Amino acid sequence: MQITDDLIEYLGELSRLYLSEEEKKSMGSDLSDILNYVDKLAEVETAGMPEMSHPFEDVNCFREDTVVNGDDRERLLSNAPESRGSYFKVFKTVE
Amino acid sequence: MDEIRKMSALELGKQIRSGEIKVREAVEAYLDAAEEKDGKINAYITLCREDALQRAEEVQKTILEGGLQNSKLAGVPLAVKDNICTEGILTSAASHILSSFVPPYTATAAQKAKDAGTVMIGKVNMDEFAMGGSTETSYYGPTGNPWDPSRVPGGSSGGSAAAVAAGMAPCALGSDTGGSIRQPAAFTGLTGMKPTYGSVSRYGLLAYASSLDQIGPLAHDVKDCAAVLEMISGPDSHDSTSVIKAPFDFTDALADENDPGKSLKGLRIGIPKECFAEGLDPVIREDVLAAAALLEKEGASVSEFSLPVFDYAVPAYYIIACAEACSNLSRYDGIKYGFRTKNAEDIIETYYRSRSEGFGTEVKRRIMLGSFVLSSGYFDAYYKKALQVRGMIKRAFDSSFESYDMILSPVSPTVPYKIGEQISDPVAMYMADIYTVSVNLCGLPGIALPCGYTQEGLPVGMQLIGNSFSDHKLIAAASAYQVLTDYHQRRPAVFEKGGEAGLPDIKPAAGKGVTE
Repeated sequence: MQITDDLIEYLGELSRLYLSEEEKKSMGSDLSDILNYVDKLAEVETAGMPEMSHPFEDVNCFREDTVVNGDDRERLLSNAPESRGSYFKVFKTVE
Repeated sequence: MDEIRKMSALELGKQIRSGEIKVREAVEAYLDAAEEKDGKINAYITLCREDALQRAEEVQKTILEGGLQNSKLAGVPLAVKDNICTEGILTSAASHILSSFVPPYTATAAQKAKDAGTVMIGKVNMDEFAMGGSTETSYYGPTGNPWDPSRVPGGSSGGSAAAVAAGMAPCALGSDTGGSIRQPAAFTGLTGMKPTYGSVSRYGLLAYASSLDQIGPLAHDVKDCAAVLEMISGPDSHDSTSVIKAPFDFTDALADENDPGKSLKGLRIGIPKECFAEGLDPVIREDVLAAAALLEKEGASVSEFSLPVFDYAVPAYYIIACAEACSNLSRYDGIKYGFRTKNAEDIIETYYRSRSEGFGTEVKRRIMLGSFVLSSGYFDAYYKKALQVRGMIKRAFDSSFESYDMILSPVSPTVPYKIGEQISDPVAMYMADIYTVSVNLCGLPGIALPCGYTQEGLPVGMQLIGNSFSDHKLIAAASAYQVLTDYHQRRPAVFEKGGEAGLPDIKPAAGKGVTE
């Protein structure tokens, strides 16, 4: 599969990644090599086969829905790159 | 105290409980070894001397008061992979984007290890976000293989493997998404186990591919691995995929030291012929087949069979793993924790630049690939197709387990290669996962253990794969093999006191792309 510059641009948008011109070039050729390799799957007849998204479909370890205020605000905020008072500080998001 | 480092984790635990060795002595022996040797190996991202010594005193006090007597590893030092959250201690996943992340909570597996009285002495190196098979993609620089530090220790749990192999920890926690415990174990002459999916809680494990990720042990032998696994496994209300199914008494399955044949008699072992096809190093083929012959001689029945879907496991794996990764890693945006760019003018640019400056090349590659296979127009041909192939692989394994109790295969097609040799060829790196990824796709248990050494003295590993929830059978067979062989008892030169002398420094200097 041919990876065009436009496709790399689009995947960068979906991934929220800026790539330098040099990165775009090597990413394009790497993705193209990888996709040529995984295209091997086209050999497999899968019509009507169920999709398996998880090892065990029937397992779910539920817990009671009870409130536990284990997360301490100060400690959570201590990892923030920027905070003010009890808030995460970010650029203005609404006009 | 060099004698301490020569004991197995279980022996050390026994002597600590009986009072012959103090917890502090055990912890100091390993901390000192790590301080002496790690400049040449770079297994540790963070060494926690003060915390560990303080914890040693607490554990000692508990033992003296009569506590932890049923805890086989109480007082034993432990190294933990740096993608497993530890409260108050840097947990970076070896990524720039998390190089300042100090978790406000501890992962269940690490908490269980702590509750059982083990003493965490440090956090160990890995491929960035566990994406790689060589520990070369770490923000903290590559780790050297203790058997030859110019070679890779495997990955992504390369720091866990190198720390144990070099005698800088008696056992370690790793994580395995596509072979990340088993392949480094094979590359460093260790035993490593990826248990059945759901056996160990993933709560607090920084997610790479959630339907494939599993935490597990690395140690010198099966006995220590079984003890560590027993300690960290079990259901957890914080992980809805953790399994409730007991028992988790893995050490009960260990083979009888005086009669290992008892664990092998009548065992049906299948060897998929696709695992011995072109591309496998002939030395590895020879050693794994010699192991098969030994198991057969001791009472197992070994036969070859065909597992044609095997060839499609790596392509399916990379599509699924990257799809899950691109979703899981979307949380790293520079807002609530981790690295934030200084070069942004608005919120969207903050996301873009924090991620672009924070992630390394391999991580970006997998996020882009994941975005591609999930994008409209390609979803059916790639992601949906891979999920269907995954189901077919699972059914093929299910039917193999009707005829066989377990499957024997190599772990990796090659022995450890030189640092820098393969890193620029992603497809070659991905293809090297051929023997390990099926286990993760199907949620199966797999154990890697040493079965030989090359002429240059590099370790060769073999793998036993079992059906879901047959972890006990694998432990029984693998431990029987270790009663019969001594490959797991060899140590690299760097393990010995002063053995690091003359080796070149490998650890990047503080401040050179590294924060501590």
